Amino acid sequence: MLTIEALDKVYKTGTFGTSDLHAVRQVSLDVQRGEVVSLIGESGSGKSTIGKMVLHLLDSTGGSITFDGRDVTKLGFRARRDYYRKVQGVFQDPFSSFNPIFKVDRTFETLRRSYFPRVSGAAWREKLEEALGAVSLEPGDILGKFPHQLSGGQLQRLLIARALLLDIELLVADEIISMLDASTRIDVLNLLGELKGRGLGILFVTHDLSLGNYVSDRVVILYKGRVVERGATAAVFDDPLHPYTRDLLASVPHLDRTWEEVEAEESQRSARLAGRCLYHEALAAQGRSLGDEASVGSASGPADDVGLVEHAPGHFVGCFRKAADEECPAGM
Amino acid sequence: MSLSVTDLRVHYRTLRGDVKALDGVTFEVADGEIMGIAGESGCGKTTLGKALIRLDTRMKHAGGTVALDGEKLPIADDGAMRRHRYREVSLIPQYAMSAMNPTRKIGRMIRDLLAAHNVRYTDVLPELERRLELVGLDAEVLKRYPIELSGGMKQRVVLVLSTLLNPSLLIGDEVTSALDVSSQKAVARALVEFRDHGFVRSMIVITHDISVLFQVADTILVMYAGHLAEKAPARTIIDEPLHPYTKMLIGALPKVGDRYEEQQLEGIEGRPPSLLDPPAGCRFRARCPLAHDKCAEAPPFREVAEGHQVACWAVS
Repeated sequence: MLTIEALDKVYKTGTFGTSDLHAVRQVSLDVQRGEVVSLIGESGSGKSTIGKMVLHLLDSTGGSITFDGRDVTKLGFRARRDYYRKVQGVFQDPFSSFNPIFKVDRTFETLRRSYFPRVSGAAWREKLEEALGAVSLEPGDILGKFPHQLSGGQLQRLLIARALLLDIELLVADEIISMLDASTRIDVLNLLGELKGRGLGILFVTHDLSLGNYVSDRVVILYKGRVVERGATAAVFDDPLHPYTRDLLASVPHLDRTWEEVEAEESQRSARLAGRCLYHEALAAQGRSLGDEASVGSASGPADDVGLVEHAPGHFVGCFRKAADEECPAGM
Repeated sequence: MSLSVTDLRVHYRTLRGDVKALDGVTFEVADGEIMGIAGESGCGKTTLGKALIRLDTRMKHAGGTVALDGEKLPIADDGAMRRHRYREVSLIPQYAMSAMNPTRKIGRMIRDLLAAHNVRYTDVLPELERRLELVGLDAEVLKRYPIELSGGMKQRVVLVLSTLLNPSLLIGDEVTSALDVSSQKAVARALVEFRDHGFVRSMIVITHDISVLFQVADTILVMYAGHLAEKAPARTIIDEPLHPYTKMLIGALPKVGDRYEEQQLEGIEGRPPSLLDPPAGCRFRARCPLAHDKCAEAPPFREVAEGHQVACWAVS
């Protein structure tokens, strides 16, 4: 449904935009209906930038984003409106997503004014109650309240309900549970699971690996704007290949294992993969043209090599160097 | 016994009455113990941390005592507490790393801080440099501005400077939050190391992230709506919690490996009660699956096994 290909984003920074910050490099991924894809990365990995580009809140510098075959990076004003009927976003801080001086109902009213001007009051009310029911909120508890009277979890679910009013097909969920308490977090995650069951595609942006793992079908691991590894959730979590993914998984605080236990396990894997680069090994074995999954500017040498190879069915991994300007550990 | 808190009550004054943020809290922290405090927003964990060092103008000491190393801390007396602050009790407040003076180099800022406590910078400089090295920072950072350091580096600088005078007790409020997992691990490791080196005798680590506590803390104290719910060794809290709230809280945390399709975890229905006029009895009663008539009476925080205290009628 959503296909991102060789997406690039360069921010101009410094005085008068004199220097470039390459926030997203040649990122390719796709989201299908009824599937949750997690974009996992630490701060500065470009995960939110990708989410914002999908929502057309930021322009991309290169590459394409297609939704059901249409390129959405060049939509005009009217076409964008139609696009937003199908694609909506929910963001990290529910408290600042609402205007504190108006009742939460206003959020729905503005939506009605711009998208459903001809729907009658009664029909709208019914639609609204249905959407609130879908996120397991009681309309009586919610409508007519001010944002400060509701909890973070309730507000976050309201925002999802708002998106559902539009018959959306894709939801971009950018860190939607980082601000919530542990006991309500899981409710929102379960809601995402339920929406997935109803055929919605969800791009779930997060830095928290245990949450990304709980609900997603596939994960994309980002590091400094580059996809270093992606594949089915179980495959990536059980057998992380890229050094960055392995570091990341070894740093996650687990509830059932201490860091020492995780590290002991990880050191065996590191010993096995030390000094190797599965990406270049695969390329050498297959020849360049066969192995490349993304279209890569291959002529300019390893520094630009941001493609992925399929190590196991559906499990892709990129060159084992970490930062873009580093050398490949295998020296290839 | 390093820290002992008895029946501590701290209220916030508001126009609509007192918010009973801490309502009768009794616990002890042993020498060399790292105690983690876990709980959801508004449960009083930050208030507890702050009450041990300084009550701000909105906070009112409504009763109870705090003793550190056998000596009573005058927590309600702002002036008298000054002598104890930083030297005996030190606090890393929330967002400490963002509170560093952006116009001062870090070394200069530490010099100012020490001067305020009548300590000469040059006297402690060798120790300062040694400790910076211990947490993986170059002594060069003293010549840098805060903006030049990453979040994890700043948080480690804050840790070093707040423990420079070897306090008896360090309170770290959300010190690992808002950091990437790799820096989180480095900071958490540094906390344990500082205890092991004896720079700090005991520590209270406040966070909403229980999995971090499991990695660093010896014991975990779970709070709910201004009351204590349970205190036990970290592994016991995770593996064999007794209080229904702790059970539900741990049950709501997905472990790496839990999948939505295989096993759906459940959240906790409802919200904590308002602390403006909290209900009598057990505060968790309204959300508790085990609640019965007896719960209208507040359960005592009682020891059920060695080092394991619970406040619940269904357990004790």
